[in-house]
Amino acid sequence: MRTFYKIALAILVLILAASLVGCAKKAGPVTIHVLTMDQAGLKPAEIDQIARDFEAKNPDIKVVMEYVGYDFVHDKIVTGMAAKPPAYDAAMIDVIWPDEFIKAGYLLDVTKRVTAEMKSGIFPAAWNGVTRNGKIYGMPWLMDVKYFMYNKDILQQAGFTAPPKTWEELVDQAKVIKQKGLVEFPIIWSWPQKEGVVCDFTVLLFGNGGAFLDASGKPVFNNEKGVQVLTWMKKTIDDGLTNPSSVASDEPAVEADFLAGKSAYAVNWLFQFSDSNDASKSQIVGKVAFGAMPVFDAGAKAGIKGSSVDGSSSFAIMATTPYADQTWKFLTYLASNDVQIKFSAEMLPIWQGDFQGDSLAKLEAATPSNPITVPAFLGQFPFANERPTVSYYNEASMALQLAIQEALTGVKSPQQALDEAAAKWVQLAGK
Amino acid sequence: MMINRKIFRKLLLFLLTIPVFLFIFFPILWLFTASLSTQVELYAVPPHWIPQHPTLQNYFEIFFPSQSASSVPRTFAISILNSIKIASTVTIICIVIGSLAAYSLARIPFKHNRTIQLGILGIRMIPEVSLIIPLFIIASSLQLINKPIVLIITYMSFALPYTIWLMAAYFQSVPIELEEAARLDGCTRLGILFRVVMPISVPGLVSTAMFIFLLAWDEFFFALIFTSTLAAKTAPVAIAEFVGRYAVNITGMMAGGLLAAIPPILVALLFQRYIVSGMTAGAVKG
Amino acid sequence: MAKILKSHPKRRLSLRQQDARTAWLLLIPSLVVILGVTLWPIISTFILSFLNAPTGINQARTFIGLDNYTTMLKDQTFWATIGRTLYFTVVSVGLELILGLVIAQLVNSHPWGWKFLRLSLIVPWAVPTIVNGAMWRWIYSADFGALNGLLMQLGLIKHYIPWLSLPNMAMPLVILADVWHTMPFVALILQAALANLPEELEEAAAVDGANAWQRFWQIRVPLLRPAILVALIARTVDAFRVFDIVYIITSGGPAFKTITITYLTYLNTFSYGKQGTGAALSFLISFFTLIMAFIYIRVLYRPEENQ
Repeated sequence: MRTFYKIALAILVLILAASLVGCAKKAGPVTIHVLTMDQAGLKPAEIDQIARDFEAKNPDIKVVMEYVGYDFVHDKIVTGMAAKPPAYDAAMIDVIWPDEFIKAGYLLDVTKRVTAEMKSGIFPAAWNGVTRNGKIYGMPWLMDVKYFMYNKDILQQAGFTAPPKTWEELVDQAKVIKQKGLVEFPIIWSWPQKEGVVCDFTVLLFGNGGAFLDASGKPVFNNEKGVQVLTWMKKTIDDGLTNPSSVASDEPAVEADFLAGKSAYAVNWLFQFSDSNDASKSQIVGKVAFGAMPVFDAGAKAGIKGSSVDGSSSFAIMATTPYADQTWKFLTYLASNDVQIKFSAEMLPIWQGDFQGDSLAKLEAATPSNPITVPAFLGQFPFANERPTVSYYNEASMALQLAIQEALTGVKSPQQALDEAAAKWVQLAGK
Repeated sequence: MMINRKIFRKLLLFLLTIPVFLFIFFPILWLFTASLSTQVELYAVPPHWIPQHPTLQNYFEIFFPSQSASSVPRTFAISILNSIKIASTVTIICIVIGSLAAYSLARIPFKHNRTIQLGILGIRMIPEVSLIIPLFIIASSLQLINKPIVLIITYMSFALPYTIWLMAAYFQSVPIELEEAARLDGCTRLGILFRVVMPISVPGLVSTAMFIFLLAWDEFFFALIFTSTLAAKTAPVAIAEFVGRYAVNITGMMAGGLLAAIPPILVALLFQRYIVSGMTAGAVKG
Repeated sequence: MAKILKSHPKRRLSLRQQDARTAWLLLIPSLVVILGVTLWPIISTFILSFLNAPTGINQARTFIGLDNYTTMLKDQTFWATIGRTLYFTVVSVGLELILGLVIAQLVNSHPWGWKFLRLSLIVPWAVPTIVNGAMWRWIYSADFGALNGLLMQLGLIKHYIPWLSLPNMAMPLVILADVWHTMPFVALILQAALANLPEELEEAAAVDGANAWQRFWQIRVPLLRPAILVALIARTVDAFRVFDIVYIITSGGPAFKTITITYLTYLNTFSYGKQGTGAALSFLISFFTLIMAFIYIRVLYRPEENQ
């Protein structure tokens, strides 16, 4: 028996020694995995280039980028975070996800890592997407809002020299355009059963002086302002001004329609403008102009000067990553002014300084389209509205999508549909 | 008179095949047309059934990736290779071990036969979507993520019940007299299986193999979640990438889609003669 | 028998026991793979279905018994979704069966070019589901789609119709896309079975004076019963759990009209972060599909006719 204990002790010592060896910090490069969406802002080839540049400056860190379509980023994050260690060290976060992810404990608090320079240098609105309760959970990356674009040609042929300032004016213009037979459906929207319809609804709702939640967090989108908006939306379809396929069109479909010259007005993200000047995609090259996003008469009277929806995205560090420091290094590099300026033709920088004085002139000169897009951005971004920052946003959004779709297809009245969605929101908040 | 009736009948049958051909090929031809169009032409109204400015640009971008602006066509060819690798492996292994299992369930009256059949059927009922997260956790802890082997094993787990079930049904249609005759000749159970049943079941094996190949070829969601880079990415995932958040490269997607359909069609062509009518009059009649 | 006993003098196993042994030998590789991969996920999902399990790290998971199940069973959306999914299943499988039988019969009659016809059947099946979905979505496109273009040129419609925006058209259109894609499977199974049918029975009936219609329904179809059963069960189980094609063509819209039960499970598990609910839904789905499989087997399975 004494030999047994001796052997057991020896084995125990060996195991302990082995585990200690294992615990020693691994020498050699650390590999971080970053998930981002494909084909928005910078192209994958460009982001790869940034990663290579970063690796050259930081030989002990290797960056593996993964690109997937926007629709799948959320699912990959959820699955990736179920594993230990997590499948990703950093990921792109859409502006509507932080609350859900913070509640799930996915995002690392980086408040202490953000320098004062970053805080003051980057647009305050850009920090919105990643700040909750005073804590910062990520690095801004791509600022985008929905813009109001119109086809100069069609408006001219209809006898209009300026884009509409209010939605009511838009309807009047659209009627004339339709009457003159210039296009069959002057307006195309993104109202499918996807997040896009909530984006459009946000633009219209706030433009009417409405809101999603009141100060106490209770849903108010079903008050008379919200119902007015939804009723207006349906009426434009019934009157033949809004293309009925809007109910099934996502943003790419809206672009396809607009760039084929089939509509006079289209609300969309920035990409639609750059694509409009691409002859392989657009039949209306050079004919697209920005207008300030209209508001409703009632909203204008209530003092609403502009309205749009924030569609920005940022990069966040996953909370359970073992490589927080290295990941933060990469994220700050991605967001650094030098890198942002280098690719400013593809994606407007997040640093305010680039939009002032000499820098502004330089920025505008960077590409042929920048002289147009930069002022449009500066003009529209201040009016970007946020969708509700609640942790149950996905399910709430789904309920609202359903309500809007039901009203638009005539299954329910706008009031009833919105009331049911509001009831669902209350139920979700209560859980 | 008889000859006239026969020709009339043949003609009628032929005429009936026309709507079937139209039904099958109209969408395919449209797919083909779209793959040869530019994006602008695809949006033409009324649709150009034959492109006025046909272009091979879409295929060009897939086969000569360095020229393409977007990264997606570049990676497409590799994803097709991955799909071929994975689908073939899954098919071969499933057919081998699945048909063995199927025979035992179909013909051997052992004690837990019924229970196992029910169990396998039951497992097939669970929607795969719900198993993704637990499987991901396991695969991740085994460090198998983004390797083809993880997809092979996962696909086998839901292809095997199909294989077993299809082959069991097929085996049950093999006349039992054949087996009994072999038994009388002194064959062991395994002997019956390999010398009598399997050779006759080649058509069934080939059809099932095709079914499994297409099942594995087609699978999307698991491939999406479990693969990150070209090391293991499959064709459906690559095709889905033609749909970005902002832009849909429809013409590229159609070209890619056609290319992705070719390997299964080739497989079918190759094995088509084995799916010919199985048993002939030589079989023992009871 | 004597030969067998002689070669294994030590083993006094009966033939039955040897048979059972062989059976297990043949089964084990498959069982190892199937159970090895799915056993733990199924068990953990099963356990999850009894928990309140919000997605997240260090999220408290509380045991709530059958609550997930009862909440679902009381939810109107759940039953509406089951209804929609049943509608999809019945119409889809029904169409596939009818079309499949007609085409199988057609191929089997060997008209001119029947070999090419049979080969062509593979084509819709070979197109990956993703591409199939994208292709049909494009065909149905309101402003640019081939469907509108065709109908317009044939003079059947005066205006382009926004197909996918119509709540009552969306599901039938998804069904059409799915039928086109999977009908070949049924057709090929039935065609193989038809090719194997003994001709003597029908010849005898013809001699006795039965016409083609009677021969078809009273002899051929009953003989096809096992093949039809296989096709029916396989397709029903798959159709009931349809997800990919709906995701691509309509994303569940418009107004939820194409949300199927697996889509609901996906939403709960991935979008809403309610893994417990998602798990419960999975088992409810399995339960429903098992019932359907049982009904088929009960109604259609006649072992003595397997010859």
